[in-house]
Formats: sequence, C-alpha cells, structure tokens
Amino acid sequence: MGSLDTLRLTAREAKKLLVDGAVSAAELTKAYLDQIAAVEDRVHAYIVVTADNAAKYSTKVDREMQAMRGPLAGLPIAVKDNMVTEGVTTTCASRILHNYMPVYTATAVRQLWDDHVVMLGKTNLDEFAMGSSTENSGFQTTRNPWDLATVPGGSSGGSAAAVAAGEALWGLGSDTGGSIRQPAALCGIVGMKPTYGAVSRYGLVAFASSLDQIGPLTRSVYDCALLLQHIVGKDPRDATSVALPAPIELPTAARLDGLRVGIPREYLAAGIEPGVRARFDETAARVEELGGRCLEVSLPHTEYALPAYYIIAPAEASANLARFDGVRYGHRAADAEDLITMYERTRGEGFGPEVKRRIMIGTYALSAGYYDAYYGRAQRVRTLVRRDFEAVFEEVDLVASPTSPTVAFKVGSRTDDPLAMYMSDICTIPVNLAGLPAISIPCGLSDGLPVGFQLIGPAFSENRILSAAHALEAAIGFEPAPSLRDSSAGAAGAGAPDGAASVSAGEGGQ
Amino acid sequence: MIGEDDVRYVARLARLHLEQGEMQRMTGELGKILAHIDKMSELDTDAVPPTAHVLDVVDVTRPDRVEEGLPRAEALRNAPAVTDDSFRVPRMG
Repeated sequence: MGSLDTLRLTAREAKKLLVDGAVSAAELTKAYLDQIAAVEDRVHAYIVVTADNAAKYSTKVDREMQAMRGPLAGLPIAVKDNMVTEGVTTTCASRILHNYMPVYTATAVRQLWDDHVVMLGKTNLDEFAMGSSTENSGFQTTRNPWDLATVPGGSSGGSAAAVAAGEALWGLGSDTGGSIRQPAALCGIVGMKPTYGAVSRYGLVAFASSLDQIGPLTRSVYDCALLLQHIVGKDPRDATSVALPAPIELPTAARLDGLRVGIPREYLAAGIEPGVRARFDETAARVEELGGRCLEVSLPHTEYALPAYYIIAPAEASANLARFDGVRYGHRAADAEDLITMYERTRGEGFGPEVKRRIMIGTYALSAGYYDAYYGRAQRVRTLVRRDFEAVFEEVDLVASPTSPTVAFKVGSRTDDPLAMYMSDICTIPVNLAGLPAISIPCGLSDGLPVGFQLIGPAFSENRILSAAHALEAAIGFEPAPSLRDSSAGAAGAGAPDGAASVSAGEGGQ
Repeated sequence: MIGEDDVRYVARLARLHLEQGEMQRMTGELGKILAHIDKMSELDTDAVPPTAHVLDVVDVTRPDRVEEGLPRAEALRNAPAVTDDSFRVPRMG
C-alpha cells in the first residue's frame, strides 16, 4: 500500500482501492486513525474516537470479505454525536448526557452498520444541535481545518471538520436550520439536507421534530449520493418517514442543458460578504456556461423566515428537551429535597446557555396568552414561506444562493450576540421550514477560506439537485487545501480545553 | 417587553433553575430576540392556514403486532438511581 492522502481521497476512490485489492479495509481505517492521532489535538472534531472498535471491525471486514461484500463495506465514517449508538456514548455535546449509553441504535446509523461501514467515532456539535459554530458544545470547540482560529460552522461542525481535515472519509450530520449545509460551506466540503421525511429520524435525539433531517457530509457530490442512497427509506419506527418516489441515483451529468436556476433577490439583498458574492456570481455564470439558465426570482417572505424559525424550533425544542429531567438517564443534581427541585437543578446544571435560551423562548412562546401571537403566527408564516417556494418552482427547476453569508468567522467573535449568530443561517433556514432538499458545494475561496454554493429543489428532487451539483462541481474544480494552521497563533491559541476525557467510549458498537 | 418577573415565571414553567446573574442576562437577551421575532406582526396572517409539518401524511398507522420490548434491566441501565427494579426519585414535595 502506498500512503493514502486522507485529505483528498473520496469514498468512490477508496471503494475502488478496496475492490482492486490495492488497500485493505484495515489499512484504510488505520490511515484515518493515524490522521486523527496526528491532527485531532488541533481540530477537536471528535467527542469520542472508537479506535479499537474501528480497527477490530475493519479487520473483520477483511476477513469475512465474502459475507460482507457490499457497496459501502469497509469505508470509514464519522457520526455526529446526536445519533444514538448502542454501546457507544451519545452525549449531544451536553453535560446533561455526558454519561449516556444508548441501548439501541439510530436507524440511519444502523443501516450503515448493516452495510459494514466502519464507524470511527462520534463528532462534536453545538449542544443538542443548537448553534452555528460548535462553540455551544459542552465539551470543546471544534476548529476549522482551513484556519484553526476560525469556527467550522455548526451545528454539525465536528463531522464537517473531521471530513475536511482528513480525519474521516465522510460523515453524518443533522440539519434543522442549516446545520449540515453551513458547516459544509465553511469547511469546503459537500453537505446535503434531504427532503423532510426522506431519512428516518428514529434515534436522532430530537431538537425540532418538524425540521430535523439527517444527511451526508462528504468530499464529493458522487459520495454524497452514494451515502444518501444507503440512509433513505421509510422506517416503521418513524411515522414521519416516507418512501422516496424514485431511488437515489449516482450522478453522472456534466452539462446543465435546459436547467432553469432561480436566484432569489432577497437572499442577495443584505449581509452577503463581497467575497462570497463574487464566488456566487462566478458559479452562477458557470451554470450558464454549462447550458443552464439563471433567472432572478422572488421569495418575498424570506425576511420573516428567521423570526418564524426562532419561535417554531425553540417551541419544539422546549417540549422535546422536557425529557431530560434526571430520572431515566444522564446527569442528576445531588441532594435535592424534593422532585421539582431535583428537576430544576438538574436542568440548570446540565444545560448550557444557548439551550437554556431556546427552552426559555419556546416555553414563553407556548405559554398561555402568548401562544397565538407567537407559535400560531409562526406556523402561518411558515405556510407563506412554503408557498413562496411552490410559486417559484412553477418557473424554475432549482433555486441557488450562497449557503452562508460569510466565510468561517473567528472563534469567539459572535458568542456574545445570539442574534448575530442566528444570522449565519439566513440562507438555509427557509429550506427547513419548507421541508425541501438542498445541497451545499464548495465554489471557491474568499480570503483563503471556502465559500459554499447552495442548490435548493422541490420536495423529493434529490436526483435533480445531485445531478446539477455534480456537473457544477466538475466545472468549478475546487481544490481542497486545508492548512491546519492557526492565523492567530501567538495571540489566542487554538488549544481549547478538551472535555473529551470525561466521556468514555464504551466497548459496544459494531 | 419581557421583564425579570416574566423570565422567573417562564423558568418555573420550564423547570429550569437559573442563577440570579443568568436571570438578568436572559432578560436582556430574550428581550432582543423577541423584538426581532415581533417582525412577524407586520404580516396579516389571519387568512393563512398554519403549517405544523410539511408532509402530506396524516394518521400514519401500522399493524398492531406484539414485539419484544426493552428488557427492564436495559431500561434502567442509565438511571441515576434505581430501587426495587424502578426509577428512584426524591419525594414529591
């Protein structure tokens, strides 16, 4: 085996190496574990690395090649730590779940385990997936491999950074308001949020149940389709999962002939950095070079999507997080004299500031006297946001926008201003409200940091999106070159306090 | 405008203990966030039906088959306190 370039290797290429016998599953897994050992103390992508399990399981894949043959067998993956994994701790990056050992496995992860994918570990996130930078993790702040002084985005920042830093071949994330697409954009990789219902949410610790979706974080559009193929499907354990009208296809397109791409003027109106805007405009020009047509369109209720989201998501979260009460699992406050006091102290000690904020907003919005003014109105605004998209998809096949208004921002630069942090998701949130599929692909650099290009489609148009993204990806020719350097070295260093030691991996799993 | 008394009341509803400093900071932050959210009131939404979720499915059912449940020991495995094969909690107050 020659040395593997884990920073560039795609799953498609890795698969070929395995099939050709050029590399074994054990060697492939070891390459990622070696890269983790080399860079993880700078990147902090993982909460738990299941190195022993991964090494053992990859050896088993090699040994039982005949029985374990399959399109994904032996390909190593990173899993966001809000998907439960039997025998491996699942913390949601929260102190309240620091010792939680699930007794079952999320359907999406189970499907991959059944396909003999090798799990490398569980990745960092903003606590309970609430945030856009991973700075809200109760354990550690993940760093962006392109510049360790900046954030990787969030909430799936751990999986995104792991893939970008060559610490995983690909990863799973979850997206409630942009939590796959925004970190993919900031880390220079591909990330997709499927149509609501396409992937089972069983075993995904619930944040906002009507918005959450699991999806892939990968190094190429082809890999994204390949991974998506193996996690979609109706699950009897998730009543909101549905069968796709057509199977996910592996993309081959090189042209966009006849494709109509709408560019919503509201998304470009305010707050888009000039460098991001420049890369976006260049990519839109490529759409036309490839035979597509760009048209200006309008999504008039865009400015109301963020306010509606910040009622709906916290309202659902306040209900979903009621289950963390110190009775059945997780942290419990010591020496509380009665039950209610135990609840209150457990939650006060266990949750971090952003989770508390959202529980408070949600509880307030659902409380007597405010329900109609906040939650009721937000649900009606959600209908208007959906209708905007429905109307636009009468005229165009896909909608394009920047994924994030800015490139990766400095660690600490937005933590004192929740609203500024919320603005990170201005281009991604409306998509979740409407339940639509969308992808982010890297489209170049601004100030040396990656810029993401978002393509949004109608419900269940995953194949159309993947096909267009594949053609664009080839035309863009993005070259991944994360430096793993710290632009602020000498000033505030990148060595975040690493709380991972407080979490034990467990001996179960695959 | 949300005041500290409102925040205290909502924290009680949410069963969430906040320290005095947290209470003050939260009052300011929630005020700002709710002011942004109030933008929604610019819209006349009286004639618009609400969206609870986006899927065109209602009343999903499945065959009522008996399946093995979670064994008691597994269900109790993560509990902070257990007694007599049950979750143990402080007295009701």
